[in-house]
Amino acid sequence: MDGRDKPGHDVEDEAAALSLPRPLMTPLLFGLLVKAALYTVSISAISIAIGITLGLIVAAARASSTSLLSWPARVYVSFFRGVPLLVQLLLIYNLLPAIGINTPSVVAAISGLALCTSAYQAENLRGGFSSVPRGLLESAEMLGLTAWQQLVRIRAPIAFRLTLPAVVNEAILILKASSLVSVVGVVELTRMAQDLDTSLYKPIQLYSSAGLLYFLINRVVSSLGRLAERRMSWGRR
Amino acid sequence: MGAAVRFDYALILSRLPDILSALGVTIGVWIASLIGATAIGFGVAVARRFGPRPVDAVLLGYVELFRGTPFLVQLFLLYFGGPYAGLSLDALPAGLLALSVYGGAYFSEVFRAGFEAVPRGHVEAAECAGFSRGQIIRRILLPEMAVLVLPAGVNTAVSLLKDTAVLSVITVPELTLTVSALGTEFYAFVEALFLLALGYWGLVEIAAALGRIAEHRLARFRFSA
Repeated sequence: MDGRDKPGHDVEDEAAALSLPRPLMTPLLFGLLVKAALYTVSISAISIAIGITLGLIVAAARASSTSLLSWPARVYVSFFRGVPLLVQLLLIYNLLPAIGINTPSVVAAISGLALCTSAYQAENLRGGFSSVPRGLLESAEMLGLTAWQQLVRIRAPIAFRLTLPAVVNEAILILKASSLVSVVGVVELTRMAQDLDTSLYKPIQLYSSAGLLYFLINRVVSSLGRLAERRMSWGRR
Repeated sequence: MGAAVRFDYALILSRLPDILSALGVTIGVWIASLIGATAIGFGVAVARRFGPRPVDAVLLGYVELFRGTPFLVQLFLLYFGGPYAGLSLDALPAGLLALSVYGGAYFSEVFRAGFEAVPRGHVEAAECAGFSRGQIIRRILLPEMAVLVLPAGVNTAVSLLKDTAVLSVITVPELTLTVSALGTEFYAFVEALFLLALGYWGLVEIAAALGRIAEHRLARFRFSA
């Protein structure tokens, strides 16, 4: 890296504040990791929200009948799914300043995560929209629903329900993938563990605690997903 | 775009031999960890299906843990934490081991789904026809599973290819590390990373195309359930 990736966070100070002969994992240390985990959650949540919005636009473009729209959408999906996230992050992190946009590294990180996940979400949503049963739309038409009403009352809710498991899955993938953001100097959970390890030499405790936190967060997200799925089981036979 | 951006690909491409050898490392790491991950995944799936209950529980824990935590954290734990637990590995073997164990958890789920998808009736029919247990596994379960598992297997293999890029973080001299180092050397980071992204894109498309060819080839073994 080129020296720009120094965290703006004074980990050394915090670490120095810890008394030196120490037990395996102090509450203070764990507290720092939990705080960083909350940062991981916020970064991921923002990226996922942007990603779903972008994904919806890309899915709509891809479903369009004009190849002027569908073709770029296809390339977009193929590119962002075909390039490792780490490379995308490095590219965006270095590209933004090169074209005159100077932003904190967390903005580059969120952009990278959001762009990457939007390509996957676009595919998920496309699958959801194309699986809405034709008969439902035909009966909606017979009942005189306008195209907009069909979209808002029939297609979108059903597509969303069909897509939900895949969307939750993708959210968990992004939570895990957000660890790569540490490489461009964002002090989220992984980077916090790394920074603390640099000064404390306790890699096993720090990285397994970080792993545990990721695992717990993922568990919470997947049970929330299952809960939402159950809530949305209306009209199922 | 500002005047600061010079697109000087010739400089980077003057180091083509370095790039090609790094490409070799990436492909080598991918294939080696793919073999490791499929072997682990298959072993785990078989042990979970045919082994005793406690084995299943332990292996479920392995699968959940490795699928529930980021690969980067697993890699750091092995590479930086390993020496404290008596396991000092160089970057390359550590990367290979981490990728194989991580990929193995995903592949075990692919194989598990495959086992479950083989229709019971086929196995029962083979039993009625007097097939031995070994014959059933060799002639019915495995071939049918291979066909069923292929699309998901190809997906997982392609993900593994992209995950090899993460090994650059622990200094395995693969494509990402080498090309971004060239970018630093020539002060042409953006160009280098564009090339890198295009290279991976091509690799992934080729891998996916190979997968489709294999699926097409095996399509004649498909059965209608």
